[in-house]
Amino acid sequence: MINIIKVFTFSLVVIGGFWGFSNFGIPQIKPALPPVEEKLDVDTMNMDEFIALGSKLYKEKGNCTLCHNAMGRAPMLDRIGTVSIDRLKDPRYKGTATTIEEYLYESMTQPSAFVVSGYGKSGSNDTESPMPDVTGSGIGLNETELVAVIAYLQDSGGTEVTVSITKIDSQNAEVPAAAEAVSLRTAEEVIAKYTCGACHAVAGQTGEIGPNLTKIGKTRNKEYLRQAILDPEAIIASGFTSGMMPNIYGEQMKAQELELLVDYLASLK
Amino acid sequence: MKKVFGALLSTVLVMLMLAPFMPAANASERPAPFASTAVSDAATEVATVSDIKTTTYPPAPKLSAADYPRIKGVNSRVAVWLVAQLHLWFGAFVLAVPMFVFIIEAIGMATREERYDSMAFEFMKVSIIAYSLTALLGGLLTFALVLLYPDLFNYLATIFKGSMFVYALLFFAESAILYIYYYGWHWLQGGNKKWVHLTLGLLLNAVGCLLMFLANAWTTFMMSPAAVDVAGVFNGDTWGAIHNFLWNPMNVHRVVANMAFGGSIIGAYAAFKFLGARNNGERAHYDWIGYNANFIAITALLPLPFAGYYLTVELYAYSQQMGITLMGGVFAWIFIIQAVLIGALFLSANYYLWCGMGRSEGAYRYNSKIKYIAIVLIAAFMVWFTPHTLVLTNAELKSLGGPYHEYLGVLGIMPAKNIAVNFLIIFTYISFLFYRRANKIPTVAWATTGNAVQIALFTAGLINIMMLGIYYGYFTNTAYKVASSIPQVLTTLIIIISSAVIEALMYKGSKEVAPLHWGRMSNRSQYALFLLAIAFTWLMGLMGYVRSSIRQHWHVSNVFRDNSPDAYTPDLGYAASIVSMGTILFMVMVIFIFWLSAINSRRTVAKGYWKNSHDQHH
Repeated sequence: MINIIKVFTFSLVVIGGFWGFSNFGIPQIKPALPPVEEKLDVDTMNMDEFIALGSKLYKEKGNCTLCHNAMGRAPMLDRIGTVSIDRLKDPRYKGTATTIEEYLYESMTQPSAFVVSGYGKSGSNDTESPMPDVTGSGIGLNETELVAVIAYLQDSGGTEVTVSITKIDSQNAEVPAAAEAVSLRTAEEVIAKYTCGACHAVAGQTGEIGPNLTKIGKTRNKEYLRQAILDPEAIIASGFTSGMMPNIYGEQMKAQELELLVDYLASLK
Repeated sequence: MKKVFGALLSTVLVMLMLAPFMPAANASERPAPFASTAVSDAATEVATVSDIKTTTYPPAPKLSAADYPRIKGVNSRVAVWLVAQLHLWFGAFVLAVPMFVFIIEAIGMATREERYDSMAFEFMKVSIIAYSLTALLGGLLTFALVLLYPDLFNYLATIFKGSMFVYALLFFAESAILYIYYYGWHWLQGGNKKWVHLTLGLLLNAVGCLLMFLANAWTTFMMSPAAVDVAGVFNGDTWGAIHNFLWNPMNVHRVVANMAFGGSIIGAYAAFKFLGARNNGERAHYDWIGYNANFIAITALLPLPFAGYYLTVELYAYSQQMGITLMGGVFAWIFIIQAVLIGALFLSANYYLWCGMGRSEGAYRYNSKIKYIAIVLIAAFMVWFTPHTLVLTNAELKSLGGPYHEYLGVLGIMPAKNIAVNFLIIFTYISFLFYRRANKIPTVAWATTGNAVQIALFTAGLINIMMLGIYYGYFTNTAYKVASSIPQVLTTLIIIISSAVIEALMYKGSKEVAPLHWGRMSNRSQYALFLLAIAFTWLMGLMGYVRSSIRQHWHVSNVFRDNSPDAYTPDLGYAASIVSMGTILFMVMVIFIFWLSAINSRRTVAKGYWKNSHDQHH
């Protein structure tokens, strides 16, 4: 009996150790709750709001940025407007689209119609895309949401927005509750929106992790600043390490916001 | 015989529970949501492949929270979680034991050493009690699913109905073969009879594996559903559903993991019996069993990371989103917990081997080198333990100067961990090598050359692993960061296989220093065996939570949404609490089984209790 007590006590201590480490040795992060089903009303939206909705869907419900990011899992879409035309002419193209709008729709619902070289499923010789059909998989975008994402991709991808706002076709569309507002008007608003002040001293904020920007215009020109925002790893300021600044702003900022910010920073002398 | 009746009773119980979901019962007893489907056609009563192909299946149900039956005071998810996990632990154990029992029996036949046969039988003795519990827990799991998640169970049962009948038949076959195999052990001895017995063992393993593969099909279908459209309408045959994308990777992973787990539980059994041994003979016997069980556990543990890697690669290939959910975000931390557990596994297994060197008179030649192995193992463990991205407060971020530590940050990424895990495996192998050599003196003339070749092999291999990791991990771009893992693994395998071949040739016909002193082990070393079993059990529970959680809020990935109140993913601390609770329950049941096997061999002489007992014997 004494052995049973001994081994059981030992078991309890070991299990308790594992339990304690899991509860107190690592941070407790609450995983995100499942998406809530909400109704989407596009009746009152203008095109800017519709594009903003597309942007939100692209980053959140669509989960597009999980792969379409600088990590190289899927192609970047910042020039999708211009490269789409070339792809339609590519001999490897297997789809039926004739316009950019149709191509973008097709690429989301039949991703294997054209696979960018180097991004196919392993062993498929770039004939099969690892991307799921965004209407049917866990993503489940409905027609209206697809059109909103196309509007966003056209807008951010350097081409004219050709889609029109269509009404929702599903009662159970899952979308973020509030659509994003139109472009920001001042550089201070841009700095506030993208929380630059968390790391940099700029616009009255006192972040210390990144370089001080209060007089950055004295030593850096606009080209340098634009590059530093879009590709932070290109040049690392002396005294700072790489990998600190997120490389997401090229994707997230509108061109107007970027230029507002660059002009503002260049003026800080 | 009680055990036979108990198990038969459990079998009948399980069959009764399964009966409503057998093809024959579909027509009249299918609940309302499925009433409109073509499976109500009487022609489908006997399911054949051609029938299934022509069947029209319903779409995945769209449920609301109200569609999930609730029982007051019972958390449905926790109840199913615990029962499923306990069933899986016991199932893994009873399927694994016959695998190595088969090998040990064959070794016994080849060497004609009876101790192997006795050991194999003793393993089966422990396993047979666990078999009844596995069946009971399987029945309980079916019952819990039917009661608490009826729509999910019906959806899966409709798709898998063709295989459920086969599953039930296999279960009967498994029980029948197991009982003949176990109870006929001493009857089927010698000559052809022994071959018949060994064949039964092979059959037992074949049926056992098939059973597990069929059960795995349900689990993997929920992760990577095959032959379903976006609405969840099934449009294939039963084989299509079974042979889904993750089925084979999961089968491979579970077979290897079961072996390691089964070995560790037998190790704990041997440790339990060793601690309670009443004489030196018993101590020697259970020490020998413990050594062999540890050997099995570690042999299976070594390829396990590769099987896990294969599963993860396939998971990514199936769905990048699922792969990223697994390796990033909240689950990234689970791999730090996993590192602690694997570290515990490797350290306890190595510690046991080092203690085991005390059995040999020749171990002094290697004792001084053990401390270096310990240093490498701990260093590798610390690297594996180093987190990649820390969740920090602003103040912490500021004092650290960024999200990554200036020096330790480089140890957080995968290339460093790949180096660490390969070092762990190789140095564990070296521990084993020293243990094997401790009691032997080579007699071949080329022993010195053999040693030199092996030293060169290990040195070159370790440098190669290190350089591959450093060059690809830190001096190439992201896409190549993990590309080094395959040549690293191959290097490890080449080192181990080449060394094992050289060792086998070098120590062929070697002299023993002195007979091994089986039983000359400290009690403390036996707790290392227990630690191994507990760490395996807890780790299986934890990884089961992750595997299941990456489906997120889906019963069946992307086609059948979970709308129950428990659809959210629980955090790690909560999961650790449930896994700990399950492990405690499992250990209580396992210790109970060990105790049962202990009292089974005890005989109490009740003098004067039985009337004319002397006469009756004659």
